[in-house]
Amino acid sequence: MAVSWKRKDLLDLESLSTEEIELILQTADSFKEISQRPIKKVPTLRGQTVVLFFFEPSTRTRTSFELAAKRMSADIVNIQTNASSLTKGETLKDTAKNIEAMKVDIIIIRHSSSGAPYLLAESISPSIINAGDGSHEHPTQGLLDIFTIKEHKKKISGLNVSIIGDIAHSRVARSNIWGLTKLGAKVTVCGPATLMPPEIERLGVKVTYDVKEAIEGADVINMLRIQIERQGQSLFPPIRDYSMKFGLDAEKMRYAKKDVLIMHPGPINRGIELTPEVADGPYSVILEQVTNGIAVRMAVLYLVSGVKKRIE
Amino acid sequence: MDILLKGGHVVDPANNIDSEMDVLIKDDKIEQVAKNIKASGIPQEAKTIDCKGKMVFPGLIDMHTHLRQPGREDEETFLTGSRAALKGGFTSVLCMANTNPVIDNKGMVEYVYSESAKAGLINIYPVAAVTKGLEGKELTEIGQIAEAGAKALSDDGKPVMNAEILRRALEYSKMFGLPVISHCEDMNLSMNGVMNEGFVSTKLGLKGIPRTSEIVMVMRDIELMRLSGARLHIAHVSAKESVEAVREAKKRGIKVTCETCPHYFMLTEDAVIGFNTNAKVNPPLRTKEDVEAIKKGLADGVIDVIATDHAPHSLEEKDVEFDFAAAGMIGLEFALSLANPELIKSKVLGWSDLIRRMAVNPAKIIDLQGKGSLAAGSDADVAVFDAGAEWVVEGKRIESRSKNTPLIGRKMCGAVVLTIVGGKIKYENGKFN
Repeated sequence: MAVSWKRKDLLDLESLSTEEIELILQTADSFKEISQRPIKKVPTLRGQTVVLFFFEPSTRTRTSFELAAKRMSADIVNIQTNASSLTKGETLKDTAKNIEAMKVDIIIIRHSSSGAPYLLAESISPSIINAGDGSHEHPTQGLLDIFTIKEHKKKISGLNVSIIGDIAHSRVARSNIWGLTKLGAKVTVCGPATLMPPEIERLGVKVTYDVKEAIEGADVINMLRIQIERQGQSLFPPIRDYSMKFGLDAEKMRYAKKDVLIMHPGPINRGIELTPEVADGPYSVILEQVTNGIAVRMAVLYLVSGVKKRIE
Repeated sequence: MDILLKGGHVVDPANNIDSEMDVLIKDDKIEQVAKNIKASGIPQEAKTIDCKGKMVFPGLIDMHTHLRQPGREDEETFLTGSRAALKGGFTSVLCMANTNPVIDNKGMVEYVYSESAKAGLINIYPVAAVTKGLEGKELTEIGQIAEAGAKALSDDGKPVMNAEILRRALEYSKMFGLPVISHCEDMNLSMNGVMNEGFVSTKLGLKGIPRTSEIVMVMRDIELMRLSGARLHIAHVSAKESVEAVREAKKRGIKVTCETCPHYFMLTEDAVIGFNTNAKVNPPLRTKEDVEAIKKGLADGVIDVIATDHAPHSLEEKDVEFDFAAAGMIGLEFALSLANPELIKSKVLGWSDLIRRMAVNPAKIIDLQGKGSLAAGSDADVAVFDAGAEWVVEGKRIESRSKNTPLIGRKMCGAVVLTIVGGKIKYENGKFN
């Protein structure tokens, strides 16, 4: 491939070109094999320091990034805190500048506030990788979803992908929409009207409130996690009503294509988004997503670390 | 000292003047405005200033500023706010009540007058709160506040959410002839919102403030005004439908007035892209369609006033996550230099229309006698503007103590070169006296 990677940071999929996305996927493909070896370690990032800077609780994404970095021989530091404690004392920028002063190479940040990784990217020199910012983007999740789809379907262009759930608050939905539409998929978003952000069709997606319509003809169904703590707020319907209307069960699966892929970014609220028989059923690629997450994150770490070296 | 402003293009809409004239100032009053004032009529010691090629206006009046004194003197003071005002051609400003402590009693109104007099650069008039502590619960002592000389009442920064309380405030303030300035926002609809709700908020994953939050309160307040028969002025109109609601009300004979701010006729929600906290303001920047509607409202007179909503914030309140950043931007130094290209050059307004909205109408609405006019005997508050001057906004050259503006790096068209307050030259070519 002619394209080379020139970005210090990975902040979103919105600004990536089709070629850049393809490059990450190809790179991930070559890294996937490392995790299948008995000795799962390569020296690629030896001597580099990676900081995992997590302002929101996370098990899956943090572990996935940590393993990705460790399998490439990087040194890892974990910082787990929450955004509200920082607002009272040191600012995000000050904390970041202190970490920068300790001469680290890559900062992976998750934050409950949309745009927080951008604040770091413009003020400090280490590479910044967005591991999820508010309701904005979660680029590595988008990439690993696309990687998993591609493994099964061989291509993305022309596929019908339905994303179902709380679209308004979902960074996974936004990164999937950007990545999939750039690669030529036809994306449908489906969820309760209260959780559908305004003018989302301008991102080039179809909007429906009818889950049957979203299931029929879909090559891929990506079920978003709903945040149960939002229940009781005006925007969220009662959980049982949500589950009946938008949850995926064996009954609704009768409308699905025979070779449909069922995805979920995890962690699953069993019985709400997916019944166990669907989550664990033959169409489910949910655990493959988790496996692929490491390969995709290794690829991203590798690509951004290369840019930094060139700058030095 | 007497001053003769020679040969400038005088725009004095209160007296239907829009042509080349001389302006003679004697002591603290306007003595005469006429073509080629004869040497015989000019006191010998008068200082003559050549204004050829420049515009001469009555001093601008800003109905909406936040000067942060007392409580946040690190962000602005009467002195630094006055300097920003002079650089923008403003000779009088109203300062809002949301200071710490709040301007919600007679003593605080007196404090604003006595402390701002120490700065001694421009006329500063306090707006007092509608409710104690801006809490929306209990009316302030409006009678005593009026007696102390507050020019209006407002809980600006917040709405008075309880319609019954606003109704009684309007009825009570009517006795003293004080207008109520309304910040129109339904707090339930805008809860936790940080920018305009629409395509950009969807893209950025930021919580939106629906335009409806403003519109329903504009409509509510117009009806409360009708019910009470009091004077109501709607602050910082930003949405197309709000302009339409005011237009309809005026057609129905309701004497409501309203203002917009420069950012609402020149910026859209696109300014937020990249999570630019300097573009975070309340009400939020909206869409191109709204900008067009605001311009139309200015052109047809539905919008009476251009105010700045000058809202200084320290760097530490802006250089944070977008969700946590304070809302607001400074505006005193830029208003006229933005109106010049955006409204005058693009033929939305003529000069007289603009000065009506920036001087004549504010003086009328808040009942400032002898201001907003260059008639003989008026206060000698005058601004001289070089419409052709160009400059670039630079942080270090901003007079306001705070630098929070999305205009850094932007080319400005036109600069105030001279500002006279009460017959004294307070600002001339970048220098303050």
